Amino acid sequence: MSDLRKIIIDDREIEVDPAMTLIQACEEAGIEIPRFCYHERLSIAGNCRMCLVEVVGGPPKPAASCAMQVRDLRPGPEGQPPVVKTNSPMVKKAREGVMEFLLINHPLDCPICDQGGECDLQDQAMAYGVDFSRYREPKRATEDLDLGPLVETHMTRCISCTRCVRFTTEVAGITQMGQTGRGEDAEITSYLGQTLDSELQGNIVDLCPVGALTNKPYAFTARPWELTKTETIDVMDALGSNIRVDTKGREVMRILPRNNDGVNEEWLADRSRYVWDGLRRQRLDRPYIRENGKLRPASWPEALSAAADAMRGASKLAGLVGDLAPVEAAFSLKKLIEGQGGNVECRTDGAKLPAGNRSGYVGTAAIEDIDSAKAVMLIGTNPRVEAPVLNARIRKAWLAGASVGLIGPAVDLTYDYDHLGTDRAALESLMGGSHGDEIREKPSIVIVGQGALREADGEAVLAAAMKLAEETGSGLLILHTAAGRVGAMDVDAVTEGGMSAATDGADVIYNMGADEIDIDPGAFVIYQGSHGDRGAHRADVILPAAAYPEEAGLFVNTEGRPQLAFRASFPPGEAKENWAILRALSAEVGKTLPWNTLAQLRRELVADVPYLELVDEVIENEWLPLPAKPLGKADFVLAISDHYLVNPIARASTVMAELSANAKARANAPMAAE
Amino acid sequence: MSLSKHLRSAITEEMDHHGGPRAAMLESLRMIQQEHGWVSDEHLEEAATLLGVTTAEIEDVATFYSLIFRQPVGEKVILLCDGASCYLNGAEDVRDAVMKRLGIGFGQTTPDGKYTLINICCVGGCDHAPAGVIGRNRKLVGPLTPETIDEILGEDAK
Repeated sequence: MSDLRKIIIDDREIEVDPAMTLIQACEEAGIEIPRFCYHERLSIAGNCRMCLVEVVGGPPKPAASCAMQVRDLRPGPEGQPPVVKTNSPMVKKAREGVMEFLLINHPLDCPICDQGGECDLQDQAMAYGVDFSRYREPKRATEDLDLGPLVETHMTRCISCTRCVRFTTEVAGITQMGQTGRGEDAEITSYLGQTLDSELQGNIVDLCPVGALTNKPYAFTARPWELTKTETIDVMDALGSNIRVDTKGREVMRILPRNNDGVNEEWLADRSRYVWDGLRRQRLDRPYIRENGKLRPASWPEALSAAADAMRGASKLAGLVGDLAPVEAAFSLKKLIEGQGGNVECRTDGAKLPAGNRSGYVGTAAIEDIDSAKAVMLIGTNPRVEAPVLNARIRKAWLAGASVGLIGPAVDLTYDYDHLGTDRAALESLMGGSHGDEIREKPSIVIVGQGALREADGEAVLAAAMKLAEETGSGLLILHTAAGRVGAMDVDAVTEGGMSAATDGADVIYNMGADEIDIDPGAFVIYQGSHGDRGAHRADVILPAAAYPEEAGLFVNTEGRPQLAFRASFPPGEAKENWAILRALSAEVGKTLPWNTLAQLRRELVADVPYLELVDEVIENEWLPLPAKPLGKADFVLAISDHYLVNPIARASTVMAELSANAKARANAPMAAE
Repeated sequence: MSLSKHLRSAITEEMDHHGGPRAAMLESLRMIQQEHGWVSDEHLEEAATLLGVTTAEIEDVATFYSLIFRQPVGEKVILLCDGASCYLNGAEDVRDAVMKRLGIGFGQTTPDGKYTLINICCVGGCDHAPAGVIGRNRKLVGPLTPETIDEILGEDAK
């Protein structure tokens, strides 16, 4: 680029884009600037004053580097590049002064504060502050807010950086939070004391640079330095958000997001962040066998041989891949079941995803493409609950001027959209090109929800959506709700004819964590899973398995990006990793799967499906449009009715149960008040 | 009770006049207060919807200015100056006299809902010190004395 500007920061000369702010330029130069209010994903507030730097030749006062652009700097008298200093006496004095002011009303209650050890104020006071205060007057104290079951507040610790206000209004799209009053009375408040109505509110805990907003369910349970941090992948939705699981001993204590610009940026949905208490409840920690209608505890050899006997004697054997299964487990199950002459199926919700056609079950667009989209077309989906972080990205595109169209039930998406209809006819008329000019702007993206694909005419809807994408030159994104679905489709864990073809008349069903469906009476059910949920109740043999932070595995997200999840803790009791159970069972039935370790299994897997080796890459899928079929007449229905209770782990969580109850109460409240 | 038609159109006009919803927030609040004496939650929310800003945003503005009232006030708001000029000219005696006459302190409203008494730092009326500002139209009164206070209040109350 030719329009780069030279700038000298602490004797280091660098060339930067003139639109950059000084704080960004300093980061480019590798110099750390302390900050509280500045955050690269939020708007600029410029109110904490911690990022002050000296601009040589400018006004004789320090400048807030977060709010000043490189283009606003004047060159020297002979055209020399502007000079910025971040380590001069003026800067040191300014930082000490700001820090002293910030600490005036701060209670300094670090020993009883949950933020202790990972607190920006603590760190920066150590690095840039002085070790005494001249302030002798009484400190201000403020009342705490009730923001709901997720975020605990200690507002006396607040330094009014307004990050939480900016996040909730800009990213989460809710209106409750603000800063009221002035001067000493300025306070972060929630309008009329309302609790937060957002599925992304947990992020304000991460954003808060002090201990004013802390994680309520995690409160006072651990210090950050006692925790073992494991970087892994979330499975609560199909986005594959990058997370860090913090464990103390065997227990998962909390879950935090990691940055991945292509997936979740640095946000995390509440149900992914707060689901961890579900990992401790309702767990299957030993094998069970049903005898005389009752489940009794059994040993592994007993349970495996009971399962193997049933499988060997089956006249029609079906294997079901649940929503949370890693690719390795799906692959193992497929090999095991097909080796016994049975069939496997992963589309347990009946979604009409075309086998082997990745452009049909994944699409062609990456999640990141939403950022630059000028038009987003949503078909039969409510991304706000199906993938809350993805919805924040659509909102970001909308804020940048993109238009959004929706076909399906009208829902609150936190942004305005053009509601083009609720039924299939709306989709059909859109293709004729009679209306919806704004959604024809480019680049554009068509997002299809699972609700649109589950009905009998799902294939026709998908064909129509693909045709629409083709006509408008849009990218296509199939928004999945199950974290394991794309991976299972990739290893072809499907049966010709779908669910009914696989299970109808099956006398033995191997259910690997499919808890969202009812299995008809009659069949002998072997259930492999982590929680005592619907699947376990219907089981004849239960093989207890690890839940997602307890085993390593590969997950392919909704855009087709394979990501590696790592083990953060251990399965409870006698429960084992999913792939290991299947390997042991294969030896029991006499057709041992050809691997002894996960690494060997992955080698076989990659030999079968080579692109799964490309971890964190989104490959281009060959465009194979489906033949048009007649569409039905019905309205679109949404895939998720209660987004806090989407899987067995969430259903076991008391926090999720509370959120779900609150959401229901909130939905009913306006009517009750009127 | 929702906002009157003319207030609604005045708010929309302000938006055009000031070049945007955020710029019109303060003037909208002032106009609502002019008509109703204070800004209720209901009116605040209605104005927010009308302007297209969030309720929290307009609440932020409303609470930043101490003379935008977010709680009900009496029919007549009495703002008594406690600035330096007024203090030197005997504002404390006037204050005591008013408090005695109305039986309330600063920040309080008389039980009959007629008067609210508020202290204020300089009303720009030093030439009338000790000065006060009375009523919804913010009429400047002064110089006040403990003797004339009844008269001024009484006159204004009629």
